[in-house]
Amino acid sequence: MSLRISTGPHVLTRESTQTLMLDVLIALAPATVAGVYLFGLKAAWVLCASVLSAVLSEFVWQKLMKKKSTLNDLSAVVTGLILGLNLPSGAPLWLPVIGSAVAVVLVKQLFGGLGHNFMNPAMFGRAFLLASWPARMTKFLLPERLLGASQAAFGADMASGATPLVPQKLGLTPDVALSDLFLGNIPGTIGEVCKIAILIGFVYLVAVKVITWHIPVFFVGTVALFSWVLGKDPLVAILSGGVLFGAVFMATDYVTNPMQKLGQCIFGVGCGAMVVIIRSFGGYPEGVTYAILFMNCLVPLIDRFTNRRVYGTVKSHG
Amino acid sequence: MAKNNLKGVFVNGILNENPTFRLVLGTCPTIAVTSSAINGLGMGLAATLVLLGSNVVISMLRNFIPNKVRIPSYIVVISTFVTMIQLFMQAFVPSLYEALGIFLPLIVVNCIILARAEAFAGKNPVAASAMDGLGMGLGFTLALTLIAAVRELLGTGSLFGMPVMGASFEPVLLFILSPGGFLVFGLVLGIINAIVDRRRAQKLHKEAKAA
Repeated sequence: MSLRISTGPHVLTRESTQTLMLDVLIALAPATVAGVYLFGLKAAWVLCASVLSAVLSEFVWQKLMKKKSTLNDLSAVVTGLILGLNLPSGAPLWLPVIGSAVAVVLVKQLFGGLGHNFMNPAMFGRAFLLASWPARMTKFLLPERLLGASQAAFGADMASGATPLVPQKLGLTPDVALSDLFLGNIPGTIGEVCKIAILIGFVYLVAVKVITWHIPVFFVGTVALFSWVLGKDPLVAILSGGVLFGAVFMATDYVTNPMQKLGQCIFGVGCGAMVVIIRSFGGYPEGVTYAILFMNCLVPLIDRFTNRRVYGTVKSHG
Repeated sequence: MAKNNLKGVFVNGILNENPTFRLVLGTCPTIAVTSSAINGLGMGLAATLVLLGSNVVISMLRNFIPNKVRIPSYIVVISTFVTMIQLFMQAFVPSLYEALGIFLPLIVVNCIILARAEAFAGKNPVAASAMDGLGMGLGFTLALTLIAAVRELLGTGSLFGMPVMGASFEPVLLFILSPGGFLVFGLVLGIINAIVDRRRAQKLHKEAKAA
Protein backbone atom coordinates (compact mmCIF):
# COMPACT_ATOMS: atom_id res chain seq x y z
CA MET A 1 0.00 0.00 0.00
CA SER A 2 1.40 3.38 -0.92
CA LEU A 3 0.73 6.36 1.28
CA ARG A 4 0.99 9.79 -0.14
CA ILE A 5 2.55 12.17 2.35
CA SER A 6 2.08 15.88 1.94
CA THR A 7 1.70 18.96 4.09
CA GLY A 8 -1.64 20.67 4.61
CA PRO A 9 -3.98 22.03 3.48
CA HIS A 10 -5.40 18.81 2.14
CA VAL A 11 -8.83 20.02 1.18
CA LEU A 12 -8.79 22.66 -1.48
CA THR A 13 -11.74 24.84 -2.41
CA ARG A 14 -12.40 25.71 -5.99
CA GLU A 15 -13.08 29.25 -4.81
CA SER A 16 -10.74 31.88 -6.22
CA THR A 17 -10.82 35.60 -6.95
CA GLN A 18 -12.05 34.68 -10.40
CA THR A 19 -15.03 32.63 -9.17
CA LEU A 20 -15.97 35.31 -6.63
CA MET A 21 -15.90 38.01 -9.28
CA LEU A 22 -17.89 35.76 -11.60
CA ASP A 23 -20.53 35.44 -8.88
CA VAL A 24 -20.65 39.23 -8.54
CA LEU A 25 -21.07 39.52 -12.32
CA ILE A 26 -23.93 37.01 -12.22
CA ALA A 27 -25.53 38.99 -9.39
CA LEU A 28 -25.15 42.19 -11.42
CA ALA A 29 -26.77 40.60 -14.48
CA PRO A 30 -30.42 41.28 -13.51
CA ALA A 31 -29.72 44.97 -12.82
CA THR A 32 -27.76 45.22 -16.08
CA VAL A 33 -30.49 43.58 -18.13
CA ALA A 34 -33.19 45.69 -16.47
CA GLY A 35 -31.18 48.86 -17.05
CA VAL A 36 -30.62 48.12 -20.73
CA TYR A 37 -34.28 47.13 -21.16
CA LEU A 38 -35.51 50.29 -19.46
CA PHE A 39 -33.14 52.84 -20.93
CA GLY A 40 -32.60 51.28 -24.32
CA LEU A 41 -29.52 50.53 -26.39
CA LYS A 42 -27.59 53.67 -25.45
CA ALA A 43 -27.34 52.32 -21.89
CA ALA A 44 -25.71 49.19 -23.31
CA TRP A 45 -23.13 51.34 -25.10
CA VAL A 46 -22.31 53.17 -21.87
CA LEU A 47 -21.81 49.85 -20.07
CA CYS A 48 -19.67 48.44 -22.90
CA ALA A 49 -17.46 51.55 -22.97
CA SER A 50 -17.03 51.41 -19.22
CA VAL A 51 -16.09 47.72 -19.06
CA LEU A 52 -13.80 47.88 -22.10
CA SER A 53 -12.01 50.92 -20.75
CA ALA A 54 -11.50 49.29 -17.34
CA VAL A 55 -10.07 46.11 -18.88
CA LEU A 56 -7.93 47.99 -21.37
CA SER A 57 -6.50 50.38 -18.75
CA GLU A 58 -5.57 47.47 -16.51
CA PHE A 59 -3.94 45.65 -19.43
CA VAL A 60 -2.00 48.68 -20.64
CA TRP A 61 -0.87 49.70 -17.15
CA GLN A 62 0.37 46.21 -16.30
CA LYS A 63 2.18 45.98 -19.64
CA LEU A 64 3.82 49.38 -19.11
CA MET A 65 4.86 48.56 -15.55
CA LYS A 66 5.99 45.08 -16.62
CA LYS A 67 3.69 43.46 -14.08
CA LYS A 68 1.96 40.11 -14.31
CA SER A 69 -1.40 40.52 -15.96
CA THR A 70 -4.35 40.01 -13.60
CA LEU A 71 -7.06 40.37 -16.20
CA ASN A 72 -8.19 36.79 -15.58
CA ASP A 73 -9.41 37.58 -12.07
CA LEU A 74 -12.25 39.59 -13.69
CA SER A 75 -11.98 42.35 -11.09
CA ALA A 76 -11.48 44.99 -13.79
CA VAL A 77 -14.66 43.82 -15.51
CA VAL A 78 -16.59 44.14 -12.22
CA THR A 79 -15.17 47.63 -11.59
CA GLY A 80 -16.06 48.74 -15.11
CA LEU A 81 -19.57 47.29 -14.96
CA ILE A 82 -20.35 48.80 -11.55
CA LEU A 83 -19.11 52.20 -12.68
CA GLY A 84 -21.18 51.96 -15.86
CA LEU A 85 -24.30 51.06 -13.90
CA ASN A 86 -23.69 54.20 -11.82
CA LEU A 87 -23.85 56.55 -14.82
CA PRO A 88 -26.86 58.19 -16.41
CA SER A 89 -27.95 56.42 -19.58
CA GLY A 90 -27.47 59.46 -21.78
CA ALA A 91 -23.83 59.97 -20.85
CA PRO A 92 -21.43 60.63 -23.75
CA LEU A 93 -19.15 57.63 -24.18
CA TRP A 94 -15.97 59.46 -23.15
CA LEU A 95 -17.43 59.79 -19.64
CA PRO A 96 -17.35 56.05 -18.79
CA VAL A 97 -14.01 55.69 -20.62
CA ILE A 98 -12.31 58.32 -18.46
CA GLY A 99 -14.08 57.18 -15.29
CA SER A 100 -13.01 53.56 -15.66
CA ALA A 101 -9.43 54.48 -16.51
CA VAL A 102 -9.23 56.71 -13.42
CA ALA A 103 -10.81 54.02 -11.25
CA VAL A 104 -8.49 51.24 -12.37
CA VAL A 105 -5.19 53.11 -12.71
CA LEU A 106 -5.41 55.78 -10.02
CA VAL A 107 -7.25 53.93 -7.27
CA LYS A 108 -6.43 50.28 -7.87
CA GLN A 109 -3.11 49.93 -9.69
CA LEU A 110 -1.23 52.87 -8.16
CA PHE A 111 -1.92 51.51 -4.69
CA GLY A 112 -0.63 48.08 -5.66
CA GLY A 113 -3.46 46.32 -7.45
CA LEU A 114 -6.46 44.34 -6.27
CA GLY A 115 -6.56 44.05 -2.49
CA HIS A 116 -4.47 47.15 -1.82
CA ASN A 117 -6.88 49.91 -2.77
CA PHE A 118 -8.21 51.79 0.25
CA MET A 119 -11.27 53.01 -1.61
CA ASN A 120 -13.78 51.35 -3.85
CA PRO A 121 -12.35 52.08 -7.35
CA ALA A 122 -15.74 52.33 -9.10
CA MET A 123 -17.01 54.70 -6.42
CA PHE A 124 -13.99 56.93 -6.77
CA GLY A 125 -14.42 56.87 -10.55
CA ARG A 126 -17.98 58.09 -10.11
CA ALA A 127 -16.99 60.75 -7.57
CA PHE A 128 -14.27 61.94 -9.97
CA LEU A 129 -16.76 62.26 -12.83
CA LEU A 130 -19.38 63.89 -10.61
CA ALA A 131 -16.94 66.55 -9.38
CA SER A 132 -15.54 67.15 -12.86
CA TRP A 133 -18.66 67.22 -15.02
CA PRO A 134 -21.56 67.76 -12.61
CA ALA A 135 -24.02 68.79 -15.33
CA ARG A 136 -23.37 65.69 -17.45
CA MET A 137 -23.49 63.37 -14.45
CA THR A 138 -26.86 64.60 -13.17
CA LYS A 139 -28.72 64.73 -16.46
CA PHE A 140 -30.94 61.71 -15.99
CA LEU A 141 -33.12 60.42 -18.78
CA LEU A 142 -36.53 58.95 -18.18
CA PRO A 143 -36.66 55.22 -19.03
CA GLU A 144 -37.63 54.73 -22.66
CA ARG A 145 -39.70 51.70 -21.85
CA LEU A 146 -41.74 51.83 -18.69
CA LEU A 147 -42.57 48.69 -16.77
CA GLY A 148 -46.14 48.24 -15.60
CA ALA A 149 -48.36 51.29 -15.82
CA SER A 150 -48.53 55.04 -15.24
CA GLN A 151 -46.66 56.41 -18.25
CA ALA A 152 -49.18 59.24 -18.06
CA ALA A 153 -47.69 60.26 -14.74
CA PHE A 154 -44.65 61.67 -16.53
CA GLY A 155 -46.21 63.12 -19.65
CA ALA A 156 -45.56 61.57 -23.03
CA ASP A 157 -42.86 63.89 -24.36
CA MET A 158 -40.76 64.23 -21.24
CA ALA A 159 -37.27 63.03 -22.06
CA SER A 160 -35.28 63.87 -18.98
CA GLY A 161 -36.19 64.59 -15.41
CA ALA A 162 -35.00 64.96 -11.90
CA THR A 163 -34.67 61.88 -9.73
CA PRO A 164 -37.30 61.52 -6.99
CA LEU A 165 -34.61 62.80 -4.63
CA VAL A 166 -34.72 66.35 -5.96
CA PRO A 167 -38.26 67.14 -4.77
CA GLN A 168 -37.36 65.47 -1.47
CA LYS A 169 -34.40 67.78 -1.19
CA LEU A 170 -36.74 70.73 -1.63
CA GLY A 171 -38.98 69.42 1.14
CA LEU A 172 -41.72 68.10 -1.17
CA THR A 173 -43.14 64.62 -1.46
CA PRO A 174 -42.23 63.17 -4.86
CA ASP A 175 -45.24 62.47 -7.02
CA VAL A 176 -44.27 58.88 -7.85
CA ALA A 177 -46.07 55.64 -7.04
CA LEU A 178 -44.16 53.18 -4.88
CA SER A 179 -44.58 50.51 -7.55
CA ASP A 180 -42.80 52.78 -10.05
CA LEU A 181 -39.96 53.31 -7.61
CA PHE A 182 -39.76 49.56 -7.14
CA LEU A 183 -39.89 48.58 -10.80
CA GLY A 184 -37.61 51.36 -12.01
CA ASN A 185 -40.01 53.69 -13.80
CA ILE A 186 -38.04 56.70 -12.61
CA PRO A 187 -35.13 58.75 -13.93
CA GLY A 188 -31.83 57.65 -12.48
CA THR A 189 -28.56 55.88 -13.26
CA ILE A 190 -28.63 52.74 -15.39
CA GLY A 191 -28.28 50.20 -12.60
CA GLU A 192 -29.90 51.82 -9.60
CA VAL A 193 -33.50 52.25 -10.78
CA CYS A 194 -34.85 48.69 -10.93
CA LYS A 195 -35.01 47.61 -7.29
CA ILE A 196 -36.35 44.09 -8.00
CA ALA A 197 -33.29 43.29 -10.12
CA ILE A 198 -31.00 44.53 -7.36
CA LEU A 199 -32.79 42.42 -4.76
CA ILE A 200 -32.44 39.33 -6.98
CA GLY A 201 -28.72 40.03 -7.13
CA PHE A 202 -28.60 40.45 -3.35
CA VAL A 203 -30.36 37.13 -2.74
CA TYR A 204 -27.96 35.39 -5.13
CA LEU A 205 -24.85 36.89 -3.48
CA VAL A 206 -26.04 35.86 -0.02
CA ALA A 207 -27.10 32.40 -1.23
CA VAL A 208 -23.68 31.62 -2.75
CA LYS A 209 -22.04 33.15 0.34
CA VAL A 210 -20.09 35.80 -1.53
CA ILE A 211 -21.40 38.40 0.92
CA THR A 212 -23.23 38.24 4.22
CA TRP A 213 -26.40 40.19 4.88
CA HIS A 214 -24.88 42.46 7.53
CA ILE A 215 -23.67 45.48 5.57
CA PRO A 216 -26.63 45.86 3.18
CA VAL A 217 -29.24 45.32 5.89
CA PHE A 218 -27.63 47.70 8.39
CA PHE A 219 -26.97 50.24 5.62
CA VAL A 220 -30.54 50.25 4.29
CA GLY A 221 -32.05 49.91 7.77
CA THR A 222 -30.18 52.97 9.00
CA VAL A 223 -31.31 55.01 6.01
CA ALA A 224 -34.93 54.01 6.67
CA LEU A 225 -34.77 54.67 10.41
CA PHE A 226 -32.89 57.95 10.14
CA SER A 227 -35.16 59.24 7.35
CA TRP A 228 -38.21 58.31 9.42
CA VAL A 229 -36.80 60.17 12.42
CA LEU A 230 -36.34 63.25 10.22
CA GLY A 231 -39.96 63.03 9.17
CA LYS A 232 -39.51 61.55 5.68
CA ASP A 233 -41.16 58.51 4.16
CA PRO A 234 -38.67 55.72 4.91
CA LEU A 235 -39.81 53.55 1.97
CA VAL A 236 -39.38 56.37 -0.53
CA ALA A 237 -35.99 57.14 0.98
CA ILE A 238 -34.80 53.59 0.43
CA LEU A 239 -36.29 53.09 -3.00
CA SER A 240 -35.21 56.35 -4.60
CA GLY A 241 -31.62 56.98 -5.58
CA GLY A 242 -28.75 54.53 -5.25
CA VAL A 243 -29.13 53.29 -1.70
CA LEU A 244 -30.06 49.70 -2.56
CA PHE A 245 -27.50 49.39 -5.36
CA GLY A 246 -24.78 50.93 -3.22
CA ALA A 247 -25.61 48.80 -0.20
CA VAL A 248 -25.63 45.52 -2.12
CA PHE A 249 -22.84 45.96 -4.66
CA MET A 250 -20.56 48.76 -3.54
CA ALA A 251 -20.45 48.80 0.24
CA THR A 252 -19.81 45.05 0.23
CA ASP A 253 -16.54 45.24 -1.72
CA TYR A 254 -14.21 42.88 0.18
CA VAL A 255 -11.16 45.10 0.03
CA THR A 256 -12.74 48.22 1.43
CA ASN A 257 -14.94 47.05 4.27
CA PRO A 258 -14.10 45.88 7.80
CA MET A 259 -13.05 42.30 8.52
CA GLN A 260 -15.22 41.43 11.50
CA LYS A 261 -19.02 41.19 11.61
CA LEU A 262 -19.25 43.88 14.31
CA GLY A 263 -17.09 46.20 12.23
CA GLN A 264 -19.24 45.51 9.16
CA CYS A 265 -22.36 46.44 11.12
CA ILE A 266 -20.74 49.71 12.24
CA PHE A 267 -19.66 50.31 8.63
CA GLY A 268 -23.21 49.77 7.36
CA VAL A 269 -24.73 52.06 9.99
CA GLY A 270 -22.12 54.73 9.21
CA CYS A 271 -22.83 54.55 5.46
CA GLY A 272 -26.58 54.82 6.05
CA ALA A 273 -26.22 57.74 8.44
CA MET A 274 -23.91 59.60 6.03
CA VAL A 275 -26.36 59.10 3.17
CA VAL A 276 -29.22 60.67 5.13
CA ILE A 277 -27.00 63.47 6.43
CA ILE A 278 -25.85 64.36 2.92
CA ARG A 279 -29.38 64.09 1.51
CA SER A 280 -30.91 66.21 4.25
CA PHE A 281 -28.24 68.76 5.12
CA GLY A 282 -25.63 68.62 2.35
CA GLY A 283 -25.45 70.29 -1.03
CA TYR A 284 -26.28 67.25 -3.16
CA PRO A 285 -29.63 65.48 -3.49
CA GLU A 286 -27.88 62.07 -3.33
CA GLY A 287 -24.95 61.01 -1.18
CA VAL A 288 -24.43 57.26 -1.56
CA THR A 289 -21.11 57.64 -3.40
CA TYR A 290 -19.60 60.04 -0.89
CA ALA A 291 -21.03 58.11 2.07
CA ILE A 292 -19.34 54.90 0.95
CA LEU A 293 -16.05 56.63 0.10
CA PHE A 294 -16.09 58.35 3.50
CA MET A 295 -16.67 55.10 5.34
CA ASN A 296 -14.00 53.38 3.21
CA CYS A 297 -11.51 55.80 4.73
CA LEU A 298 -12.64 54.88 8.23
CA VAL A 299 -12.25 51.14 7.70
CA PRO A 300 -8.71 50.89 9.17
CA LEU A 301 -9.98 52.67 12.28
CA ILE A 302 -13.02 50.41 12.60
CA ASP A 303 -10.82 47.35 12.11
CA ARG A 304 -8.50 48.55 14.82
CA PHE A 305 -11.28 48.63 17.38
CA THR A 306 -13.22 45.56 16.33
CA ASN A 307 -10.60 43.02 15.27
CA ARG A 308 -10.21 40.31 17.82
CA ARG A 309 -6.91 40.11 19.62
CA VAL A 310 -4.85 37.18 18.45
CA TYR A 311 -4.78 34.60 21.25
CA GLY A 312 -1.65 34.90 23.34
CA THR A 313 -0.68 38.40 22.25
CA VAL A 314 -0.51 41.28 24.68
CA LYS A 315 -3.42 43.66 24.75
CA SER A 316 -2.31 46.92 23.22
CA HIS A 317 -3.28 50.24 24.68
CA GLY A 318 -4.62 53.06 22.56
CA MET B 1 36.44 77.14 -5.18
CA ALA B 2 34.23 79.59 -3.39
CA LYS B 3 32.46 80.40 -6.64
CA ASN B 4 31.84 76.72 -7.35
CA ASN B 5 30.37 76.32 -3.91
CA LEU B 6 27.98 79.20 -4.40
CA LYS B 7 26.78 77.71 -7.67
CA GLY B 8 26.35 74.35 -5.97
CA VAL B 9 24.27 75.91 -3.23
CA PHE B 10 22.08 77.63 -5.82
CA VAL B 11 21.48 74.51 -7.94
CA ASN B 12 20.94 72.42 -4.83
CA GLY B 13 17.80 74.37 -3.99
CA ILE B 14 16.34 73.82 -7.43
CA LEU B 15 17.18 70.15 -7.95
CA ASN B 16 18.55 67.91 -5.21
CA GLU B 17 16.83 69.64 -2.35
CA ASN B 18 13.86 71.13 -4.14
CA PRO B 19 11.72 72.34 -1.21
CA THR B 20 8.45 71.04 -2.68
CA PHE B 21 9.45 67.79 -4.33
CA ARG B 22 12.49 66.63 -2.36
CA LEU B 23 12.03 68.17 1.11
CA VAL B 24 8.21 68.22 0.88
CA LEU B 25 7.99 71.51 2.76
CA GLY B 26 5.39 74.24 2.34
CA THR B 27 2.73 71.84 1.07
CA CYS B 28 -0.16 73.98 2.33
CA PRO B 29 0.35 76.86 -0.14
CA THR B 30 1.41 74.28 -2.72
CA ILE B 31 -2.08 72.81 -2.73
CA ALA B 32 -4.02 75.98 -1.92
CA VAL B 33 -2.77 78.51 -4.48
CA THR B 34 -1.92 76.32 -7.47
CA SER B 35 -5.32 76.49 -9.15
CA SER B 36 -3.89 78.70 -11.90
CA ALA B 37 -0.37 79.07 -13.27
CA ILE B 38 -0.27 82.82 -12.61
CA ASN B 39 -1.13 82.29 -8.95
CA GLY B 40 1.51 79.58 -8.61
CA LEU B 41 4.17 81.76 -10.22
CA GLY B 42 3.18 84.82 -8.16
CA MET B 43 3.20 82.92 -4.90
CA GLY B 44 6.56 81.37 -5.74
CA LEU B 45 8.18 84.71 -6.60
CA ALA B 46 6.78 86.38 -3.48
CA ALA B 47 8.21 83.57 -1.35
CA THR B 48 11.53 83.82 -3.23
CA LEU B 49 11.89 87.53 -2.45
CA VAL B 50 11.08 86.93 1.22
CA LEU B 51 13.49 84.02 1.33
CA LEU B 52 16.28 86.03 -0.27
CA GLY B 53 15.78 88.97 2.10
CA SER B 54 15.36 86.96 5.27
CA ASN B 55 18.31 84.67 4.49
CA VAL B 56 20.62 87.65 3.90
CA VAL B 57 19.56 89.55 7.04
CA ILE B 58 19.54 86.50 9.28
CA SER B 59 22.97 85.50 7.98
CA MET B 60 24.28 89.00 8.78
CA LEU B 61 22.79 88.88 12.28
CA ARG B 62 23.74 85.27 12.98
CA ASN B 63 26.52 86.17 15.42
CA PHE B 64 24.35 88.64 17.37
CA ILE B 65 21.18 86.62 17.85
CA PRO B 66 21.30 84.63 21.12
CA ASN B 67 20.62 80.96 20.49
CA LYS B 68 17.64 80.78 22.89
CA VAL B 69 15.61 83.48 21.16
CA ARG B 70 16.64 82.73 17.61
CA ILE B 71 13.21 81.52 16.39
CA PRO B 72 11.32 84.67 17.50
CA SER B 73 14.09 86.79 16.02
CA TYR B 74 13.89 84.94 12.70
CA ILE B 75 10.11 85.40 12.66
CA VAL B 76 10.48 89.15 13.21
CA VAL B 77 12.90 89.39 10.28
CA ILE B 78 10.73 87.20 8.05
CA SER B 79 7.51 89.05 8.87
CA THR B 80 9.20 92.35 8.06
CA PHE B 81 9.92 91.14 4.56
CA VAL B 82 6.47 89.56 4.18
CA THR B 83 4.81 92.85 5.13
CA MET B 84 6.94 94.68 2.59
CA ILE B 85 6.10 92.21 -0.19
CA GLN B 86 2.45 92.29 0.78
CA LEU B 87 2.22 96.09 0.59
CA PHE B 88 4.19 96.05 -2.65
CA MET B 89 1.86 93.51 -4.27
CA GLN B 90 -1.23 95.28 -3.01
CA ALA B 91 0.00 98.42 -4.73
CA PHE B 92 1.21 97.01 -8.04
CA VAL B 93 -0.55 93.68 -8.71
CA PRO B 94 -3.88 94.00 -6.85
CA SER B 95 -5.56 91.12 -8.74
CA LEU B 96 -2.82 88.67 -7.79
CA TYR B 97 -2.91 90.05 -4.26
CA GLU B 98 -6.64 89.30 -4.10
CA ALA B 99 -6.21 85.83 -5.59
CA LEU B 100 -3.51 84.75 -3.13
CA GLY B 101 -5.55 86.07 -0.21
CA ILE B 102 -4.56 84.79 3.22
CA PHE B 103 -1.69 82.72 1.82
CA LEU B 104 0.41 85.82 1.24
CA PRO B 105 0.61 86.89 4.91
CA LEU B 106 0.93 83.21 5.79
CA ILE B 107 4.37 83.18 4.11
CA VAL B 108 5.53 84.30 7.58
CA VAL B 109 4.99 80.79 8.88
CA ASN B 110 5.92 79.03 5.64
CA CYS B 111 8.18 76.23 6.82
CA ILE B 112 10.54 76.52 3.85
CA ILE B 113 11.58 80.00 4.96
CA LEU B 114 11.93 79.11 8.62
CA ALA B 115 13.73 75.89 7.68
CA ARG B 116 16.29 77.73 5.52
CA ALA B 117 16.83 80.33 8.26
CA GLU B 118 17.37 77.60 10.82
CA ALA B 119 19.32 75.13 8.69
CA PHE B 120 21.35 77.42 6.46
CA ALA B 121 21.31 81.18 7.01
CA GLY B 122 21.91 80.89 10.76
CA LYS B 123 25.18 79.05 10.14
CA ASN B 124 26.58 80.32 6.84
CA PRO B 125 28.09 83.54 5.46
CA VAL B 126 25.99 86.13 3.66
CA ALA B 127 26.82 85.30 0.04
CA ALA B 128 26.10 81.60 0.42
CA SER B 129 22.88 82.36 2.31
CA ALA B 130 21.72 84.66 -0.47
CA MET B 131 22.41 81.94 -3.04
CA ASP B 132 20.61 79.39 -0.92
CA GLY B 133 17.57 81.68 -0.58
CA LEU B 134 17.53 82.34 -4.31
CA GLY B 135 17.93 78.66 -5.24
CA MET B 136 15.34 77.41 -2.77
CA GLY B 137 12.94 80.17 -3.80
CA LEU B 138 13.30 79.42 -7.49
CA GLY B 139 12.93 75.70 -6.80
CA PHE B 140 9.69 76.47 -4.96
CA THR B 141 8.54 78.75 -7.79
CA LEU B 142 9.25 76.15 -10.47
CA ALA B 143 7.42 73.45 -8.49
CA LEU B 144 4.37 75.62 -7.86
CA THR B 145 4.24 76.76 -11.47
CA LEU B 146 4.52 73.18 -12.73
CA ILE B 147 1.71 71.91 -10.51
CA ALA B 148 -0.42 74.96 -11.22
CA ALA B 149 0.10 74.68 -14.98
CA VAL B 150 -1.05 71.05 -15.00
CA ARG B 151 -4.09 71.89 -12.88
CA GLU B 152 -5.04 74.95 -14.92
CA LEU B 153 -4.58 73.10 -18.21
CA LEU B 154 -6.81 70.18 -17.21
CA GLY B 155 -9.20 72.11 -14.99
CA THR B 156 -9.95 75.08 -17.23
CA GLY B 157 -8.34 74.25 -20.56
CA SER B 158 -6.09 77.29 -20.51
CA LEU B 159 -2.51 78.12 -19.59
CA PHE B 160 -1.53 81.40 -17.88
CA GLY B 161 -5.07 82.55 -18.63
CA MET B 162 -4.90 81.82 -22.36
CA PRO B 163 -7.21 79.11 -23.75
CA VAL B 164 -5.14 76.36 -25.40
CA MET B 165 -7.30 73.24 -25.45
CA GLY B 166 -9.85 74.21 -28.11
CA ALA B 167 -13.57 74.77 -27.81
CA SER B 168 -14.65 71.11 -27.72
CA PHE B 169 -12.60 70.40 -24.58
CA GLU B 170 -14.78 70.04 -21.50
CA PRO B 171 -12.62 71.04 -18.53
CA VAL B 172 -12.08 68.47 -15.78
CA LEU B 173 -13.36 70.66 -12.94
CA LEU B 174 -11.93 68.35 -10.29
CA PHE B 175 -8.42 69.57 -11.05
CA ILE B 176 -9.04 73.13 -9.92
CA LEU B 177 -10.81 71.90 -6.77
CA SER B 178 -8.65 70.94 -3.80
CA PRO B 179 -8.79 67.14 -4.45
CA GLY B 180 -7.18 67.94 -7.81
CA GLY B 181 -4.38 69.74 -5.96
CA PHE B 182 -3.65 66.68 -3.86
CA LEU B 183 -3.87 64.40 -6.91
CA VAL B 184 -1.49 66.42 -9.10
CA PHE B 185 0.95 67.07 -6.25
CA GLY B 186 1.02 63.36 -5.37
CA LEU B 187 1.41 62.21 -8.95
CA VAL B 188 4.21 64.67 -9.81
CA LEU B 189 5.96 63.77 -6.53
CA GLY B 190 5.65 60.08 -7.45
CA ILE B 191 7.05 60.59 -10.94
CA ILE B 192 10.01 62.62 -9.62
CA ASN B 193 10.73 59.99 -6.97
CA ALA B 194 10.68 57.29 -9.63
CA ILE B 195 13.15 59.27 -11.78
CA VAL B 196 15.47 59.91 -8.82
CA ASP B 197 15.36 56.24 -7.80
CA ARG B 198 16.15 55.11 -11.31
CA ARG B 199 19.10 57.50 -11.62
CA ARG B 200 20.42 56.42 -8.24
CA ALA B 201 20.19 52.78 -9.26
CA GLN B 202 22.02 53.50 -12.52
CA LYS B 203 24.74 55.34 -10.63
CA LEU B 204 25.21 52.46 -8.19
CA HIS B 205 25.29 50.06 -11.11
CA LYS B 206 28.02 52.09 -12.83
CA GLU B 207 30.07 52.33 -9.65
CA ALA B 208 29.76 48.60 -9.11
CA LYS B 209 30.95 47.98 -12.65
CA ALA B 210 33.87 50.37 -12.28
CA ALA B 211 35.01 48.75 -9.03
